[in-house]
Amino acid sequence: MNQETTPVSTQPRLDPSDAKIISIKGMHKWFGDFHVLKDINLEVARSERIVICGPSGSGKSTLIRCINRLEEHQQGSIVVDGTELTQDLKNIEIIRSEVGMVFQQFNLFPHLTVLDNVMLAPIWVRKLPRAEAAEQAMQYLERVKIPEQAAKYPGQLSGGQQQRVAIARSLCMNPRIMLFDEPTSALDPEMIKEVLDVMIELAESGMTMLVVTHEMGFATAVAHRVIFMDEGEIIEQKPPREFFENPEHERTKLFLSQILHH
Amino acid sequence: MSESSHYAPGTHPDLPPPARTTGMVGWVRGNLLSSPLNVALTLLSIWLLWSILPPAIHWLFTEAVWTAKDRKECWALMDAPRDAACWAFIRGSFELFVYGWFPEPERWRVNLTFILFIAAIFGGLRENIPGKKYWLIFAAAYPFIAAWLLLGGFGLEPVGTNKLGGILLTLVVAVTGIAFSLPIGIALALGRRSKLPALRGVCVIFIEFIRGVPLITLLFVASTMLTYFLPPGSTFDLLMRVLIMVTLFASAYIAEVVRGGLQGLSAGQYEAADSLGLSYWRAHQLVILPQALKISIPGIVNTFIGSFKDSVLVLIIGMMDILGLGRARLNDPDWLGLAPELYIFISLFFFISCFSMSRYSLSLEKKLHTGH
Repeated sequence: MNQETTPVSTQPRLDPSDAKIISIKGMHKWFGDFHVLKDINLEVARSERIVICGPSGSGKSTLIRCINRLEEHQQGSIVVDGTELTQDLKNIEIIRSEVGMVFQQFNLFPHLTVLDNVMLAPIWVRKLPRAEAAEQAMQYLERVKIPEQAAKYPGQLSGGQQQRVAIARSLCMNPRIMLFDEPTSALDPEMIKEVLDVMIELAESGMTMLVVTHEMGFATAVAHRVIFMDEGEIIEQKPPREFFENPEHERTKLFLSQILHH
Repeated sequence: MSESSHYAPGTHPDLPPPARTTGMVGWVRGNLLSSPLNVALTLLSIWLLWSILPPAIHWLFTEAVWTAKDRKECWALMDAPRDAACWAFIRGSFELFVYGWFPEPERWRVNLTFILFIAAIFGGLRENIPGKKYWLIFAAAYPFIAAWLLLGGFGLEPVGTNKLGGILLTLVVAVTGIAFSLPIGIALALGRRSKLPALRGVCVIFIEFIRGVPLITLLFVASTMLTYFLPPGSTFDLLMRVLIMVTLFASAYIAEVVRGGLQGLSAGQYEAADSLGLSYWRAHQLVILPQALKISIPGIVNTFIGSFKDSVLVLIIGMMDILGLGRARLNDPDWLGLAPELYIFISLFFFISCFSMSRYSLSLEKKLHTGH
């Protein structure tokens, strides 16, 4: 897709001495009897950008949803920015306010204007005064290039615009980590680029990002690491160039042949 | 069609839509005379209106008697006895129908309660009103102000609940049921969807029990059985017991309507609220309930209208609401046999009240529609 974008940085790893912002060890998850995630071990460094891909049903969305506890894991441990995810509701709320998430279906609040969508959490979670929150919200709407839509309702915007508002809404909480769950899969083709451009700009600013996507151009341009998942397991993880040019595992090769040549 | 070929590709202008029959004539032709069957139905309707309307107007208005001291005098004033409505009956009983037996010198309290009621409704429901916050506080405090004004105490002459009757009693029962059933119903709906099994169980049992028992049965329970459960010698006002039962009954229905609204929201709305770090209560206050209640407006108003009309059932346990009082008045020898006038009056009262609620809900739905 976005091959023309200049690669920001493709060095395989950041400074390895840097503290891990996410650390997942021996994590398992079941939906009823169905074993969705099997022995996941993953460490993410600050400012690292990871693209997760794999066939549908491979558990990639579930994996990033475990990181902000939209899904509960049953075994193993997940530590986010020094806080372990447990049953403790207060911990969960703290982690959620530090971890932004962008959904495939945008999930904007349809009864609120764009500006109110973006201001909501800063006002009620961060306890920011309204005027300050509005000012900050406008800054983020400018950053995603739609300040002129602030007074409209989400239902009046195109999919691409809605997704950019959703990104601004997450950024307004000043998150340390951003999770993207197939952010461009529900978009019409001509709107994918405007969303990816915002994400690339965000990557350049040093945000820690975990992105579930099939946009391989985006992976090549900004990811430090590409993770391939299948049937609930991490099969392979490599820097993007190596991953695309030199996949080791048979399943990775099959998957790449299916998404790249059609 | 062939005209479009005159334009080179990419230069086609926007054209007006093809001419249609518009205006009054077009509407009549399209809606009333579009086919032989429609013509026949139109003629039949005209004939029906022609044969019903003039006599109805004659009976209701032109020939009706508005001032008389009893039915005999009423009939004497007509071309033929019983030929038209005797509204003098309603006029003569109007104060009784409105205030019940509320002591005359204290009736200003009823009037004030009613004026404050209108103020609370308008102030609480209007969107762009200055000092909205204070209006809402006033609306929330209104039931207690009204209770104080009507029942007295704290400096006002006490009035027994047995003095309440007629439209006043109907409104007290209906408005109490409506005002308290919404918050209780929302709480029950949230409880029924709770992750805590004990809370969920209690809510399910309550809702299903109340919905499974007719309101009349609950009212009989209120009027007779409850006294067995209370310590001997203690008195618990009958009206209070009835109000509790009516409120609980409406709450169970509201709970199910609101639960439907909650289920109408996509899981994504909950997830988005969660992912922003909003707590359960904040998420419900800011994101979930505003949307769920909006979806539920038709069902909620339907339940409100239902409980407004169900308030007449209190006459079965001997309370004199507008219907009970009216029927008692029919036995007055001066006004025997004037049932049609009475029931038209009562129907009109209920129709105006319920129709206003219905129209308000429609305008509310329109206002809250945000284009999605």
